[in-house]
Amino acid sequence: MDTSRNGHSRGARRGARTDRRAERMLGALAIAVLGLIGVMVVTVFVKAWPSFAHNGLSWFAPGGDVDSQLRAMEQATPLPGHAQDYFRAWPLIWGTIVTTVLAVVIALAGSILAAIFLTEFAPGPVRRVLEPVIRLLAGVPSVVYGLIGILALAPYINDHLISNSRKESVSFVVQLNGADLATATLILTIMITPIMVAIIASALGAVPSSWREGSAALGVNRWRTVVRVSLRTARPAIVAATVLATARALGEAIMLSMVSGSRGFTANPLDGVTFLFEPVRPLAATIVRESEGLSIGPLAHTVYAIAAVLLVSAAMLSLAGWGAKQPLKRYGIRA
Amino acid sequence: MMLTDEESLEEQAAFEPPSEAAIVRPPRQSTRSWPLVDRIGYWLCWVAGISLCLITSAIVLFMLVKGVSYLRPSLFVQSPSPSLRQSEAGGFLDPIVGTFILTAIGIAIAAPTGVALAAWLSEYGRPSWLARAVESAIEMISGVPSVVLAIFGLLVFSQGFLGFLSQNAANGAVYGRSFIGAGVVMAILALPLIVASTREALAQVPDRMREASYALGKTRALTTWKVLLPAIRPSIASGIALGMGRIIGDTAIVTILLGVTLKNEAVGSTPILGTLRGTGSTLTSYVYNNSPAGEGNAPQKAYAAAFVLLMVVLALNALVTRLTGTGGRGMRWWRPRVAWIR
Amino acid sequence: MVEAEGGVDPLMPPPVRRIVIDRDPRVVAPRADANGSSGAETLGASARRRLARPAVSQVIERMRIESVSLAYGQNWVVRDVTLPVRQGEVLALIGASGSGKTTLLRSLNRLTEITAGAARSGRIALDGEEIHEMEVNELRRRVSMVFQQPNPFPMSIFENVAYALREGPERRGMRRSRRHELEPAVTDVLRRAGLYGEVAGDLGRSALKLSGGQQQRLCIARALAAGPEVLLLDEPCSALDPISTAVIEELILRLRESVAVVIVTHNLQQAFRVADHVAFMHLGELVEYGSSEQVFDRPARQRTREYIGGAFG
Repeated sequence: MDTSRNGHSRGARRGARTDRRAERMLGALAIAVLGLIGVMVVTVFVKAWPSFAHNGLSWFAPGGDVDSQLRAMEQATPLPGHAQDYFRAWPLIWGTIVTTVLAVVIALAGSILAAIFLTEFAPGPVRRVLEPVIRLLAGVPSVVYGLIGILALAPYINDHLISNSRKESVSFVVQLNGADLATATLILTIMITPIMVAIIASALGAVPSSWREGSAALGVNRWRTVVRVSLRTARPAIVAATVLATARALGEAIMLSMVSGSRGFTANPLDGVTFLFEPVRPLAATIVRESEGLSIGPLAHTVYAIAAVLLVSAAMLSLAGWGAKQPLKRYGIRA
Repeated sequence: MMLTDEESLEEQAAFEPPSEAAIVRPPRQSTRSWPLVDRIGYWLCWVAGISLCLITSAIVLFMLVKGVSYLRPSLFVQSPSPSLRQSEAGGFLDPIVGTFILTAIGIAIAAPTGVALAAWLSEYGRPSWLARAVESAIEMISGVPSVVLAIFGLLVFSQGFLGFLSQNAANGAVYGRSFIGAGVVMAILALPLIVASTREALAQVPDRMREASYALGKTRALTTWKVLLPAIRPSIASGIALGMGRIIGDTAIVTILLGVTLKNEAVGSTPILGTLRGTGSTLTSYVYNNSPAGEGNAPQKAYAAAFVLLMVVLALNALVTRLTGTGGRGMRWWRPRVAWIR
Repeated sequence: MVEAEGGVDPLMPPPVRRIVIDRDPRVVAPRADANGSSGAETLGASARRRLARPAVSQVIERMRIESVSLAYGQNWVVRDVTLPVRQGEVLALIGASGSGKTTLLRSLNRLTEITAGAARSGRIALDGEEIHEMEVNELRRRVSMVFQQPNPFPMSIFENVAYALREGPERRGMRRSRRHELEPAVTDVLRRAGLYGEVAGDLGRSALKLSGGQQQRLCIARALAAGPEVLLLDEPCSALDPISTAVIEELILRLRESVAVVIVTHNLQQAFRVADHVAFMHLGELVEYGSSEQVFDRPARQRTREYIGGAFG
């Protein structure tokens, strides 16, 4: 055996060289993937810049009808009094905010209660049936939800929940049909609930039984034990589930574009109950609808601007989720 | 009751179980004594649970009924044909083929890349700033909406130098939409799932396995390739299945990057490359297009296709559950021992 | 109500003694004591095996177990046991694994009802009231339990103790209590548990960062916070090191003045050190019950003699 060079055999040295080569190749792959993602982020912002540059911060502000602005860009005929890049995204932003916040809040409350039900109070057979069903629901493609929404739920709401008088009261501003805020929020809630229930229930199930037993031995009833001990222990999971659900709600384009409404309208909460039945158009759904005309300059800039806003929100969301988990590490609740 | 010394060791025989009248079996649940606030919480949980059951069964039954009623075997073998009487004409053969092609491309790119990246992150991971950056980037992708990935892909594939990957118009404008383009973006979509599954599995492999291999003089690369990866094959498979599920279920990328043709239109005359360069549809875009939101207006076909889509997703989920034992990442929702506490 | 048991005056400090070794040839070789000498009993010169016991002013019967039998399914784990539980003394339940002593302990605060398929017969009375007619959470606040593995909640030390103070219908007013309102009660009970001196500086620290012995004392403090009449200890020191064990044993002796203490232990030396009365159980039946001097020195039953001599464990 050739044992020159610091006592390493030739075989070992060859091995070490292979190893270094492999490491370098894999490292190169990592850099390539990182580069690709970096390029994506940079490109989106670069393409988006003209739209932001032209409109400034008012890009986010209300001002006119979003649809006519987009059509103006597409047909290269500027609206009177404005340049071609004129865009005020507020109706879209408002639509996104309302649908996302409502859906996440309702889904969070419902998921926590349902998860407690599943882990604590549900009879055995119910639990055994529900667990795989919920996991299945978490994997249903959004287009199927959209189909159910537009073919079943929207007509139902249109026929039974929106009275004719209500339609007439706003008909001079907007047409009410079943494709509206209520339908969109409802289906969005149903979409994000299964994954939240799955995550929270598995975290509740992982609470050590010694804590639950100890709490029972102190004379604390089951409900208060769950709320004070189990939920607290499961808080990182609840945060993670909320972040995941919000990300999904923000980025949901297909289902919402099928269901949410014909116009980019700013639903007005001051309208009372009618608020629920007004059409909305969230940001991601807009991208899908305008994707045909991406070769046209101003339209492309606007669409990329919308994408940039979505990217930034997704990033801020993960940051918020990470931040929310930090204080809990003090008490030994491992995320 | 104390026993006397004279009794034999067979004390069990002396014990008579109490009569049935004396035996009490405690009832299971009783919330009568709870304060009102707690009882409200209890009932709210029941309401939430029952609603969950009702809604899930409503969705499942609805799709089952509608899907089965509109599903005909002929749909599987006919290509879609544009026709005014949509309910008679055509099936979804092309969309099924399209789904298949797209998933194949996506996984063919994402699987080796994902596994390699996970192996690098887990076994090498130097320099550490690069490893952290890659981790953050992959986590970022998993949070990015697929529409954003889609339009980024469109931008890239519309560049002139990538014109060979899709159709080119007469004036040199690159169409940018093709199976290849969509496939690459699908790969990006599936990548985080494969990386996460593989990394988690690698983290669970005990260090003794690695040490045993190193002690035999094997390099890290060889150990990873020959020892570690084969050991975690089920997890890699489940990661791939999860990625496939995500690809099959995605519509946004398809709508934006695959063109909106009902049939798979090949570009150019070369057999395989032509199809890949061409446009087409998948099950998801077929459902989208046939719904009132799209151009077609054949809800029956949309239901049938959606049903097929659901079946495929269900089968994939079942596969993942089989592969990993308890489904997904070892989620178990209830304790076996302490059943309930008053 | 004061009861005298077996002629022993509870106010007199007991003499120093060792565990009696039976010279019956069937029995396994005798144990050596701490000094290394073995064999015949020696008084006085040997190591003190019983702890110095603070005097107790009175002994009150708190719980009475009458003809209690417990079963899981068809398997009768506890068979027709009758015992008194008194404040002012420590009752030790000893026996081999599977003798039913832990199940009996758990039945005292109805923790056996957690398991499906549990059945019982007989009466258990707390201060004259049948415990199965009480509201169960009310009972568990009056009869507290400390488990084998310390199980502090993932909260601060303060919050662990405050948890026991806050939860409970009659404490509804306390649920929203601010920290400064609960602080005197929390520090008082931490002092009783002998933990306050060690953690006084930072009650906001996570309870999981304490050592094993401190965690167990925290659990004892938590159990005491609700002001129970009976304290149940299920092998509380089996997971701890000897020094922590010694600290907790001293604590138990101090506590017995104000709460009735029932301790399950498979460590005979521990039983000898702390117990006033000992109940030996075997295969679910109560074989012998008496004062600890009587059971350890002059066991009335052959089986007891065998167990104490180490014939089986």
